[in-house]
Amino acid sequence: MNRLFPYPVLTLALFVMWILLTGFSPGHVLLGGLVAALVSRTMLSLKPEPTGFRPSLAIFRLAGLVLADIVRSNFAVARIILFKPAERHSGFLHLPVELRNPYALAVLAVIITATPGTLWVQHDARRHVILIHVLDLIDEETWIRFIKDRYERLLLEIFE
Amino acid sequence: MIQGPDLPTWAAVIVGLLLLTGATTTLIGTLGLLQLKSFYERVHAPTLGTTLGAALILAASMVSFSVLQSRPVIHEILIGVFVTLTTPVTLMLLARAAIYRDRSEGASRVPTDGPRRTPPA
Repeated sequence: MNRLFPYPVLTLALFVMWILLTGFSPGHVLLGGLVAALVSRTMLSLKPEPTGFRPSLAIFRLAGLVLADIVRSNFAVARIILFKPAERHSGFLHLPVELRNPYALAVLAVIITATPGTLWVQHDARRHVILIHVLDLIDEETWIRFIKDRYERLLLEIFE
Repeated sequence: MIQGPDLPTWAAVIVGLLLLTGATTTLIGTLGLLQLKSFYERVHAPTLGTTLGAALILAASMVSFSVLQSRPVIHEILIGVFVTLTTPVTLMLLARAAIYRDRSEGASRVPTDGPRRTPPA
């Protein structure tokens, strides 16, 4: 199994993508399976670091949380743009993180940047601090606790 | 100019509503791009278009073509996935470029890189 499909998740993702793009038919299942199996093998020559990914229910919890937060902050940012509340001020935020896994950090970067109102600016790998710009920075502590409790805890569960 | 004459009314209403809400969300985002004051604030605005705006327009497309072709058409999900994965890359690159310029100009409103702690011996 591992010899044949060294990256089963990637193989599956490629196969699903092929089927979504071409439509479901026996020929495309065969062709897509072949392409997925062969193309995912090219990763062998790249030798990526092991991701430390642990499939668990936490993934779905995280996905749900992120979706809800994206919708909510869409409204929050739209309100700021349309009604220009006077007391709002934006600013930078230093978020200390316990995450060390580069893949987990990448996921956190996508989450924070994809959510309107927060933007990942840089990650200091020496001090393990992330610099985030927040559009509506009310209280630094609240934001730090929010990100740590909601995302980081789950990411620590998903990636070892 | 009617592109979907075979679309039943109920589907047309759903597709229309989804499209309009999505387009409005994206429009609000672009208004923010015009209106917000600093560069770092402006970077936040277009994310409205790449998240909820894009999602609603893709949903409209899925409903429309699923009804027209009487089978589930869901490859729009791929567009959503790739938009979500790639937008942060550009946004981060822009923010990094801006902060690099501000720091090299010695602007006071951006945090400095911070003292580098020496690793424990």
